[in-house]
Amino acid sequence: MSKTLRVAPITRIEGHAGFEIMLDDSGNVADARMLVMSLRGFEKFVVGRPVEEVSRIVNRICGICPWQHHLASNKAADLCLGAEVPETGKKLRELCQMLAYIPDKILHFYFLAAPDFVLGPGADYSVRNVVGVVGAVPDLAKQVVHMRYKTQMALEKFAGKVIHPIAAVVGGFSKPLLEDERKELLEVVKEAKDFCLFTIKFARENVFPKYLEAVKTLGVFPSGYIGTVDGDGSLELFDGQLRLMDMDGEYDQFDYADYQDYIAEHVEDWSYLKFPYIKKAGGIKLDENDPVGVYRSNCLARINVCDQMKTPLAQEELEIFRKEFGRPAHLTLLYHWARLIELVQCCERAEDLLNDPKITGREIRAEGIKPQAGEGVGCVEAPRGTLIHHYKTDSDGMVEKANLIVGTTHNNAGMNLSIKQAAKAVIKDGNYDEEVMNLIEMAVRAYDP
Amino acid sequence: MVKIAEEWLNSCSGCEIAILNIGDVLVDLLPSLEFVHIPVLIDKKYYGQTGEGTELDIPEAVVGIVSGGVKNEEHLEVLKKMRERVQILIALGTCATDGGIPALANMYSNDEIRDFVYRESPTTVDGPDPDVKNNHIPDMLEKCSALDEHVKVDLKLPGCPPHPDWIAAAILSLLDEKNVLELPEKSVCDTCPTIRERKKGIGDIKRMLETPDYDPEKPISDMRCLLEQGFMCLGPVTKAGCSGMSGEAPRCISARVPCRGCYGPVRDDRIPLVDYVGALATVGYDPARMPDRRGYLCRFNGGHGVLKKLG
Repeated sequence: MSKTLRVAPITRIEGHAGFEIMLDDSGNVADARMLVMSLRGFEKFVVGRPVEEVSRIVNRICGICPWQHHLASNKAADLCLGAEVPETGKKLRELCQMLAYIPDKILHFYFLAAPDFVLGPGADYSVRNVVGVVGAVPDLAKQVVHMRYKTQMALEKFAGKVIHPIAAVVGGFSKPLLEDERKELLEVVKEAKDFCLFTIKFARENVFPKYLEAVKTLGVFPSGYIGTVDGDGSLELFDGQLRLMDMDGEYDQFDYADYQDYIAEHVEDWSYLKFPYIKKAGGIKLDENDPVGVYRSNCLARINVCDQMKTPLAQEELEIFRKEFGRPAHLTLLYHWARLIELVQCCERAEDLLNDPKITGREIRAEGIKPQAGEGVGCVEAPRGTLIHHYKTDSDGMVEKANLIVGTTHNNAGMNLSIKQAAKAVIKDGNYDEEVMNLIEMAVRAYDP
Repeated sequence: MVKIAEEWLNSCSGCEIAILNIGDVLVDLLPSLEFVHIPVLIDKKYYGQTGEGTELDIPEAVVGIVSGGVKNEEHLEVLKKMRERVQILIALGTCATDGGIPALANMYSNDEIRDFVYRESPTTVDGPDPDVKNNHIPDMLEKCSALDEHVKVDLKLPGCPPHPDWIAAAILSLLDEKNVLELPEKSVCDTCPTIRERKKGIGDIKRMLETPDYDPEKPISDMRCLLEQGFMCLGPVTKAGCSGMSGEAPRCISARVPCRGCYGPVRDDRIPLVDYVGALATVGYDPARMPDRRGYLCRFNGGHGVLKKLG
């Protein structure tokens, strides 16, 4: 008899979702999909607010990547009000973004993803979690908690608030970095870099090889990818151009302001979350064997679209990765690996910025900013993918229209296909259990939604 | 050992990150806590582990912690189930205590929100509204509300997010009654070290389009009060606590930007929209010239019907 399995909430992710699997009469998967349960309405309720306030509102879209929303919003507001951010202001913003990335990636790898790998996908749910990880590898776990905490608090100390930040302001940054603060941050970043280099080596040698079978089975389908690159085609997280690659590796590269020419969004009536797709494809088809218009975001996407990494140690890691998996790499579980390659770049980039003499400059904000009618598209790369914040203001500098396409939304189609493909791979003739369900969830968890 | 169940509703996960930001102390606390349900960390499912159940369930616990306000039928179902299953219910964060930022949605109707998202947005190809009747997705409620609009709440820990010190203190107080939890009752201004010169301001109220006057080499206690400098700082009407137990300056002020009210109204019975008029007059600014008053003064507390009442 046909039936529907309804698994909710999807756990050890940073958002709210569930999935359902429709089984046919013989117990095989007829269909499967990820359901996003809610709509908060940010695009609507920022309308009417002064545009310089919006970066302090939209950071609440995500409590894990509030910095990226805060920065993308400020960039859009800069453009609306015609504010030219001084060089030091830009560098301080980027520094905060890098510092925010480090604990985020540590959190995902060790707290959210590691239980599947350290304790195994089939371990009982009561131990397959961070508490179980602490029990299994107590010394490493203590170090992880400490390192994550230290990097979070270092940013909080400098920028006032680490969760739901406030320190970027339209036209630049609210306070300069003092020399003592610079030295203190540099010490933390050096320690973090060592820890992150240890992490990727440990994962590459001890974790990923054990799970290559899962990597090659769960969430396997080709897709396009989106990410930001700098003028040399290097992986960029803070500011550059968008690159949208199709599943064969061909790409378009364009300015943020032109995003509407390349991306469109499709609506399904069974999810609150829309499905962005490659406009050129003419539409979207959620078929894991023959996907149309589907592209993905987040670290694996960025690793795929870039020609190289921006920093030397991260580049060494990319070369190891590409030698094994090529470009573009389509296997969903490789998100975990790509995440750690980016983590290395974030540490190196933070170190570079802190060693830049301009970082302690005093010209941090544009002057003479006045309310005006304008329009701006601000983008940055968040851990979960490209953020597009597009605002229009009236002559009082109040928001008239806002359009947002944010990290995980780009991955909606990809996550749906991952669930469908994984479910078909592991559920046969009505045989499924808790481990099977967790294997399917692992194909979503990889996206860190 | 205390059994804890945790849930997040119309929220962003910042409160859960604030729990993790207890940091090294959390590792010491963990052996005394048993999390029986917490979606961000543990794989406990509502409808059974293989999804065959039909009724949403949450395990019994001594303490329930809920972040986020209530904006759809599932939020309400989870909240009611949580209330049924736990002895002590804690509202964690300003969304849970007062509605928080997502309650700004109360300025618009659901139809207006859905019309924009599913049809008017410039990148969206016109589509239908979510079909809640034929799919397992919950219907939206017309208003986003604080938890205590629906169930009895035993303890409120406001903050966007709450400072980890208060979360740790709350947990410690549950482990041993000798640890008494004393939450701040003062306003942000009462804990702010900036200088008040008590001179009336001149000119218009300033938006954050310009930078306050301060010397970055000098401590916050050498900076003049931002409200006196003419910036809309919501310190007078906002509950203190954002710098935890450190005794440091309020967090936003320490970044040299004004407070926006993220700990909610200083007292439950106060309405910032009313009280702030007096605060502005005291420093010599004309409240009538303040732009977007609701957007500033109801930014975090729209979950108690204020936007409806005064909008």
